[in-house]
Amino acid sequence: MCRIGAIKSVDYLHPSQALLLMQSQQKGHDNSGFAMVMHDLGGIFKNYKNLPTLSLACTDEGLKRAEDILHEAGFSRVLQWVPETNNEPGLDIIAMPNYVFETFNYPRHYRKASQKEKEELLLDMRLKLRFALEEDDQGFVYSFWPDVVTLKEIGNPKDIGTYFNLWEPDDQFTAKVITAQCRQNTNYDIVRYAAHPFFLQGYTALANGENTFYQKNKEFQRSLHRGYTGFESDSQCFLYTLHYVHRELGWPLPYFKHVVTPLPFEEATRREDRDQLFAIRQSLAHLEINGPNTIIGVLPDNILFTCCDAKKLRPVVVGRSEDKVIISSEVCGINEVLPDRNWETDIYPHEREIVVIDNELEVQRWKQ
Amino acid sequence: MEAMKVNDVTPNDLPWKVEYDASRCTLCGSCVAACSFRAIEPKVERRRMIWSESEFPEPKARFSAVPVIRQAKSIRNYCRGCGICEKVCPNDAIGPVRNPDTRHPVITRCLGGDSIKRGGRKNLEGSVRTLDRIRVGRISQMTDPSLDAQRHTFDLLAPFGRILPPEQLAFRVTEDGRLAPSGQSPPVNWIYPVIIGDMSIGALSWRMWEGAAMATAYLNEECGLPVRMCSGEGGVPERLLKSRYLKYMILQIASGHFGWNRIVKTMPSMVEDPAGVLIKIGQGAKPGDGGLLQAQKVAGHIQSIRGVPKADLLSPPNHQGLYSIEESVQKMFLSFNAAFKFRVPVAIKVAASATSVSVFNNLVRDPYNIVGGFFLDGIDGGTGAAHEVSLDHTGHPIVSKLRDCYLAAVTQGRQGQIPLWAAGGLGKTGDLAADAFKMMCLGANGVFTGKLILQMAGCVGNDMGRCNACNTGLCPVGITTQESALAHRLDPEKVAQNIVNYFLAMDQEFKKLMAPIGNSALPVGRSDALVATDKAVADRLQIQYVC
Repeated sequence: MCRIGAIKSVDYLHPSQALLLMQSQQKGHDNSGFAMVMHDLGGIFKNYKNLPTLSLACTDEGLKRAEDILHEAGFSRVLQWVPETNNEPGLDIIAMPNYVFETFNYPRHYRKASQKEKEELLLDMRLKLRFALEEDDQGFVYSFWPDVVTLKEIGNPKDIGTYFNLWEPDDQFTAKVITAQCRQNTNYDIVRYAAHPFFLQGYTALANGENTFYQKNKEFQRSLHRGYTGFESDSQCFLYTLHYVHRELGWPLPYFKHVVTPLPFEEATRREDRDQLFAIRQSLAHLEINGPNTIIGVLPDNILFTCCDAKKLRPVVVGRSEDKVIISSEVCGINEVLPDRNWETDIYPHEREIVVIDNELEVQRWKQ
Repeated sequence: MEAMKVNDVTPNDLPWKVEYDASRCTLCGSCVAACSFRAIEPKVERRRMIWSESEFPEPKARFSAVPVIRQAKSIRNYCRGCGICEKVCPNDAIGPVRNPDTRHPVITRCLGGDSIKRGGRKNLEGSVRTLDRIRVGRISQMTDPSLDAQRHTFDLLAPFGRILPPEQLAFRVTEDGRLAPSGQSPPVNWIYPVIIGDMSIGALSWRMWEGAAMATAYLNEECGLPVRMCSGEGGVPERLLKSRYLKYMILQIASGHFGWNRIVKTMPSMVEDPAGVLIKIGQGAKPGDGGLLQAQKVAGHIQSIRGVPKADLLSPPNHQGLYSIEESVQKMFLSFNAAFKFRVPVAIKVAASATSVSVFNNLVRDPYNIVGGFFLDGIDGGTGAAHEVSLDHTGHPIVSKLRDCYLAAVTQGRQGQIPLWAAGGLGKTGDLAADAFKMMCLGANGVFTGKLILQMAGCVGNDMGRCNACNTGLCPVGITTQESALAHRLDPEKVAQNIVNYFLAMDQEFKKLMAPIGNSALPVGRSDALVATDKAVADRLQIQYVC
């Protein structure tokens, strides 16, 4: 079973906090992997917030190929960070030879381009890199986006933490929003791409549970957008729907919930906005998600949210202190990281709501 | 000695032989009175009896006249095997028996000099249906819990109307972060996913039609199931057109345009919009044969509803004068939409065919956003009347064609934009919920059915060639006849009750099928929920093969 968690903080946090959050839920997952996406970066990336950072796990050949492609496209490297790895014997990890986080400057002719043009370029580059490295298993490109890094690996989360020296907090590798998941994919083939969180153009999504509408979601999403690719896991559909509704259609976040878990007809009929709700349900019937699941998502402006399937078949809890808000599958994770918080203010979201944490850490509950 | 006439027709040449036991017969006459085909008749036979009263044989003969029941030996009044005689006989003295040695296909054509016509049932016995080779194989368990069919809520509704692609929805974002309407959208009605298929009031008896209409109203108003009924070609009684029940009716216009004049004239008096308009281009049960209402069924009230004199009413197989999808169908759609001021969805019904996907592909590119549904009708269904040669040798099965259309939409990312409705032999085994459910998993938004509705009412015909005399106007149970005496055998209220009960049972069964796959909405496109026990079927439909 997946266990998922997210931390949003006023101060920059080290991923050790995310490991701690997940480790206490260890009995609930199968020790088969660990993955995280960090938004709003501190430490060595703090001064490069406007420039895209590439998150890559690859062979030597893969690295060379990726850099050649980026250089050929006009990108110039401004920062490279290679985590120091701890390859002691006995660690349960199936590691790639290289883990590379590189920040690039945009090609010269793009520097005055609009934000939208840059964002499309970054997506195209990531897809190009992915396909180039995928051919002969030379590597995995998880994200190529400003102020975001991604790390995913197969193995025991505890050992993965040891391998990347993530148990020891430092101020070099930090972020204000960290989402993490423990476990590799079990529904489909185990590949690194299949582990959530999934990332696309500033959006991150991860889910605990299953998407019984995977087939119809996938069939529809495939032709919606070039970025909707892979489909190594049924949870990727959550990300693509979020991206489609919020970015492509430009609809406010509350409508994500109306798309994935439409209100029953009986209830929708009584609403003032029934015409809009019916229109959404009609046009996006193939993006509906029947559960059971809990979704955690991050928007490009670093807003964090969570919501559940329409019948609330999977658990999630939100705990908070003055400077942190944590979303977790199991409350024991939050207890570990925030033992002194007021437990009475913990939120156990309902099936028909979205819990949103804005950048001032204000927690809002939106009823569907 | 009388010359032997070998070409005379005898019961052994006919499809059914009537078995009669004179020793049990009380000569009450019920069977003869009840046989609407006059396939049996009373006769008097000369019988010879020999007896002896002495100790030694002294045979004496006596001749007597004995009344008996005999089968008619005629290709006109032949037994259809409906079994009404057996139903009415108090002594089990009579009943039809299938005759495997029948020469009916040959002698009927030879003696009649005409093509055989019959009520539309495809004789496909002997083959296992494709739908029966498919099972709902994805059973939710611990990671994706199944639902409780009794406790959980389910949304059992399907769209009827043109669905806009999401980027074309007429929305604007308001300052407070809401979506507000910013223009007009095509009309869409959410209805029950099983439509009572298009059977005209000329094809059915007025009592059958009334029973189905009554059931529709009851299902809507008392049971909360928004079931819609399609009128069949054109003709609708004026009182219904002017009543509030019109909102449950889908008005059909077929190639004969029968009754449409009356509908147009009644428009100013309508208090409700109809549920939709269905333009019938073709049907699968008698493909290329058009509709045929034979003269014997064109009673006075049918003439008046249809606006035609008493004659064979033949709808051409296609709308005459409409020869291209791009131009003519759009023209029709525009005019019928405009007639109801763009408030009523307009759909099209075509026969399943090797070319259906081409038609569908043309329609999904519909630039007017006006095609409100694609009704696809396969063989294995139908009532009415057609040439036997059409019924038996033309037509296309529905399952793979529906799947082809759905996958064509998937390839273009346009699934659901023109709702797919499918029919043709669904519910043939009596279990419509299972058939409909599988069709939805393969991509149908809903299904429609006609023949099964007749069976609910008490039709005794079957796919093994029993009865199928819908074309004669002599329906022995009063379903497809305008003969007053025969129609009165049918109790419309009982018809309505049976239909209502069947739909309630089916609704329950839908939930029982949705619960195990963890679905609370209709499983449209959930082909992952199906498995096939036949490799060829699995490959063709792109579903999982199991053995």
